[in-house]
Amino acid sequence: MAYQDYEIVIGLEVHSELKTHTKIFCGCTTAFGGDPNTHCCPICTGMPGTLPVLNGKVVEYAIRAGLATNCKINQFSKQDRKNYFYPDLPKAYQVSQYDLPLCYEGAVDIELGDGVKTIGITRIHIEEDAGKLLHGSGEGTLVDYNRCGVPLIEIVTEPDLRSPEEVRIFMEKLRTILLYSDVSDCRMNEGSLRCDVNLSVRKKGAKEFGTRTEMKNINSFNFATKAAEYEAKRQIKVLEEGGTIIQETRRWDEERGMTVSMRSKEEAHDYRYFPEPDLMPIVTTDGTLETIRKSLPEMPDARKSRYLEKYQLTAYDADLIVASRNMADFFETAAVASKNPKLVANWIISEVFSRLNEDQKEEGAIPFGPDMLAKLVNLIEGGTISNSIGKKVFAILWDTGKDPETIVREEGLTQISDDSALRAMALEVIAGNPKPVADYQGGKEAAIQSLVGQMMKRTKGKANPKMVLDLLKELLAGQR
Amino acid sequence: MKITREEVERVAHLARLNLTEKEKEQMTRDMEAIIGFADQINSCDIHDVKPTAHIIPINNVFREDVVVASMDREQLLENAPNQEQGCFSVPQVVE
Ligand SMILES: [Zn+2]
Repeated sequence: MAYQDYEIVIGLEVHSELKTHTKIFCGCTTAFGGDPNTHCCPICTGMPGTLPVLNGKVVEYAIRAGLATNCKINQFSKQDRKNYFYPDLPKAYQVSQYDLPLCYEGAVDIELGDGVKTIGITRIHIEEDAGKLLHGSGEGTLVDYNRCGVPLIEIVTEPDLRSPEEVRIFMEKLRTILLYSDVSDCRMNEGSLRCDVNLSVRKKGAKEFGTRTEMKNINSFNFATKAAEYEAKRQIKVLEEGGTIIQETRRWDEERGMTVSMRSKEEAHDYRYFPEPDLMPIVTTDGTLETIRKSLPEMPDARKSRYLEKYQLTAYDADLIVASRNMADFFETAAVASKNPKLVANWIISEVFSRLNEDQKEEGAIPFGPDMLAKLVNLIEGGTISNSIGKKVFAILWDTGKDPETIVREEGLTQISDDSALRAMALEVIAGNPKPVADYQGGKEAAIQSLVGQMMKRTKGKANPKMVLDLLKELLAGQR
Repeated sequence: MKITREEVERVAHLARLNLTEKEKEQMTRDMEAIIGFADQINSCDIHDVKPTAHIIPINNVFREDVVVASMDREQLLENAPNQEQGCFSVPQVVE
C-alpha cells in the first residue's frame, strides 16, 4: 500500500466542560456523578413553559479560553437552536451558537520535532451538554439528564493537522492551555474533555481535500491518535482499491481497535439553526474584555521562552515543566530562591517527576514547598553535600517534609572537605589496593575509579568525588 | 414560490410527522401560500438594516453561578412518559 504517497488532513472539534458550579441555564449543580436525574429541574429537562437564564460565568470562561488561544472576540454574540431529535436532548434542540460564536480566528502553536507549527482555531462557541443514555431492563432506553445542560465550549480547529501524532501533541497543548486559563478541569475520564476527529486523505500535492469522515466523542488522547491512524489507513486502502470514501460518522471501537460506520447521518445534518428567542444577545464591552485579559496568567509558550532565556533551560526541559501550571509555579518559586535554577530544573525532571510517577500522583501533589527544593539545591551547589547524598536527602524530604538543612545535620551527611583527613584515608586506600594502583601507574587511567569508589565507601558518600579524584591523582603522581 | 411534494415529505420527516397522502397534498398548497406570503419581505430594501438577533432591545441577561436545589426526582419523573430505575424510559434508540 502506498501509504506514504498520501497526505492526511485532520481537523478537530474539541468539547470541553467548563468548571462552573451550576449548569448553563439553571441553578442545578454540575457535580460529576450523583444518582440518575437528581441534578435536574424543569429547565434542564426541557419542560414546556420554562425559560433559560444564561450563567454569566459561562461567557467569562469561554472568552478566557478564546483569549488564551489567541482568538478574536465577537463583542456582539448570540445563541441559536440546533434542532435534532435524540432522547439525550429533551427539548429536541440544543442551545448552541451558529453565526456569531463568542470567539473566532485563533491560533495555537505546537512544538514538532522540526520546529513550531501553528494550528488555526476556527471558532469557540458555548453550548449545553446532553444527557446520558443507559440500557434498560427490557426494550427501552433509559435517560439520565444529570449532564444535560452542563456548559461546554466547542473548540473547532482548521484542517491543519497532518498526522495522528500532531493530533496528540495538539490535544496535549490545548489541555495545558485550558488548565492554565482555569476554565476546565479537563478530566478525560469524566468526559470533561473529548473530541470529534474529522479526517480525510489526498494524494500528496493534490489541491482539493478528499471526502472526510467524522469520528465522534473520543475521550482520550490515546484513542484519538489510534482512531486517526486506523481511519487514515482505511481510507487509503479504499482509494487504492479503486473505491470512494463515503461521508459518514464513524465510531472508534477500542476493543476491536477499529473505526465502525454508524448510521449515515446525512439528513441529520439539517439542523435548521435559528436564533434562540428565549435568550438575549451577549454584548462584551472593551472594559470587560480588558478585565478578563488582565486576569489571565502567563501562558505556557510565554513561560517557556522566558525559562529558555532567563534560566538557560533546554527546550525539552522547559516543555516538560510548563506542561503543568502547578509544576511551572513550583519550579519558578524554587528557581528564584535557589543559587542554580538549572539544577532546580534537573531535580524536578529527574527526581520529582519520577517520584510523582511512582506514587501515581498528579503534578500538584508534591509533599513539600518549592523553598525546600531550593534549599536542597543550595546545599549541593554550596558543596555541603554531594549529588548522591542529595538524593538521599531528597528521599527523606519527600517522606517527612523536613527541612533539608535539618536532615543533613541530623543524619550527619555533611560532605568531608577536610583535606588532611581525606589525605590520610587516601594513603591507606593506595596502600591497601596494590593491583589498581599498579594498573593506573601502568597507564590504565580508568583503574583510578576503583580507588575513588573505595574512598566514597569509607566516607559513606560524604566526600566530594572531584576532590577525592584530584587528591588520588596527586598522591599517585608523587609515588611514581 | 413553488413547493414540491418531496420538500413537504422531507420537512415532515425532520419534524417526525406522519402525513397521509391527502395531508401531504394539502400541506404542499399551504406551505406554498405561507412561503409566498413571507417572500414579500424579499422585496424590501435592507442594505442599511442590521440583522435582528432579538426583537427586544435587552442584552446580557445573566444569572449568578450559585447552586440551587434541584427538583425532587419523584416529582421530576411524574411527567415522564415511562420511568425505570430513576430514569426517563423511552423507546429504544438505534445506534
Ligand atoms: Zn436544572
